Order: sequence, then structure tokens, then C-alpha cells
Amino acid sequence: MSLTEKDKAAVKALWAKISKSADAIGADALSRMLLVYPQTKTYFSHWPDTKAGSEPVKKHGKKIMGGVGLAVSKIDDLAAGLLELSELHAFKLRVDPANFKLLAHCLQVVIANMFPKDFTPEAHVACDKFLANVALALSEKYR
Amino acid sequence: MVEWTEQERSIITNIFGNLDYEDVGSKALSRCLIVYPWTQRYFASFGNLYNAEAIKTNPNIAAHGTKVLHGLDRAVKNMDNIKATYAELSVLHSEKLHVDPDNFKLLADCLTIVIAAKLGSAFSPEIQATFQKFLAVVVSALGRQYH
Repeated sequence: MSLTEKDKAAVKALWAKISKSADAIGADALSRMLLVYPQTKTYFSHWPDTKAGSEPVKKHGKKIMGGVGLAVSKIDDLAAGLLELSELHAFKLRVDPANFKLLAHCLQVVIANMFPKDFTPEAHVACDKFLANVALALSEKYR
Repeated sequence: MVEWTEQERSIITNIFGNLDYEDVGSKALSRCLIVYPWTQRYFASFGNLYNAEAIKTNPNIAAHGTKVLHGLDRAVKNMDNIKATYAELSVLHSEKLHVDPDNFKLLADCLTIVIAAKLGSAFSPEIQATFQKFLAVVVSALGRQYH
């Protein structure tokens, strides 16, 4: 399900509206994922606190959104654009790729929550496709 | 056996007690058909589903979305026995409607997004976790009679 030109335009338009709140979105989405899908906490056993508002969650949420922003800028070739991140996730972090879907869902819940008028079904489908393609690019180097 | 705390029970009854079934039901189902277009396979007889606008304004879809959402009422009223409560509906979805049970999760995710958009700051992470736990139990119960 690759991205059409229409999808890319929709993603860029949505990103333009939400990027100022990127840090807040990232922190909120991450804390929701850790709460709603407790199995994801296994990747963060080195954090003292996984609750919403905690420092590690805020810092990491910001980092994740940096990656999302990078992906938006490299939307025409995600595999190439996210090569370094893919190697990081494959060889160092080794996050089971099933978890990318869980974070993607939480990101979209937060976007819908903070930007209900902008997250129309049309924006949603483009965003969902985009995040699925980002996940695919991130798992490129896994095997 | 699914265990519910008092807080979880009240969160669920509150959400459904304040729900505009027509609005949320139609939005959730139409969003599902737009975001996951393969789900349209079950609605071939519903009329024009040609594009997002057509889906959003299709009265059959709106009515069906409302019906599906009211179907969740049974689970809200029988939270300690959702599995048994949905046994018949599960058989219906398997034997008569032939719905791939993976689709239940897709609709559940769209419903979560619609509720998130509606409740704004009231849709805290804890409320989301409880709501998704509830939907996961419903989804599991609906898939139970598939063989």
C-alpha cells in the first residue's frame, strides 16, 4: 500500500498543522502506548518512570517526533531517508516490528484528540498509510 | 474471566451514557470504510461507496453505524459476562455475515479515534486504556464462535 502523490500531499498538509505541537504529541502518544499496551514497557525497563509527564517520556517522545518529521521530509524515499534509523532499530534497539503499529495508533489517537477538525477520515487514511510505510522502512534492515 | 475495577466500570458507563449514538456510530463506521477500504466488501448492497464524500453521506452506512454502536450496549450492561452475551452475535458474524474477525479490531480502532476527537482533554490516557480494554474484550467475544 504505497503512498500516492495525494497521500504525500495530505501528510505534508497535516504535518504543517500539527508540527508546532510535535513535542507534546510525541510525549502524549508515548505515554498512552505504555499505558494502553503494557507489554511495550519491556523496552524501557531502564527508565525509573513511564508515567505521563515524566522526564524520560517527554524527552523520548520529542526524539520520536524528530524521526517522524524526518520521515515527512524524506517521504519520497523512506527506505533511503530512514536508513540510519533502520539500522539503529535492527541492530541496537531490536524493537519487535509489531510494536510500530501500536505507537502509530496512539499517535493518531493524540492527533485526533488535539486536532479533531483536521484529522478527517481523508487525513486519517493518508496518515495511517504513511505511518505503516515508516514502520516498513524502519524494519528494512531487520533481516 | 475479565476483571473490572469500579473505576473502569464507571468510565465505560459514563462514556456510553453521554454518547450521541447517531453521530459517533455513523462517524466510526464511515471512517472504517474510508481508512480500511477493504472493509467495504461487506457493504456491497448499501449503495454509493465510491469515494469518501459518498461514504460520509450514505444514509445506509449512517444507520448501520448507529445499529453497531447500540450493539455495544449489551456489553456495557453485562460487563461481567461479555463472552456469553455475544455468543449469538458471534455465530451471526461468522455463519451468516462471514465477516473476517480481524475487521472487528479495525472498527474498534476507528471508534477509539472518533471518541478521542469528541472528548478532547477528557480523553485521558487512563480513559483510553479502559475504553480499549473494553473494546478488546468485545472483539474477542465476537470472534469466539468462529470455527
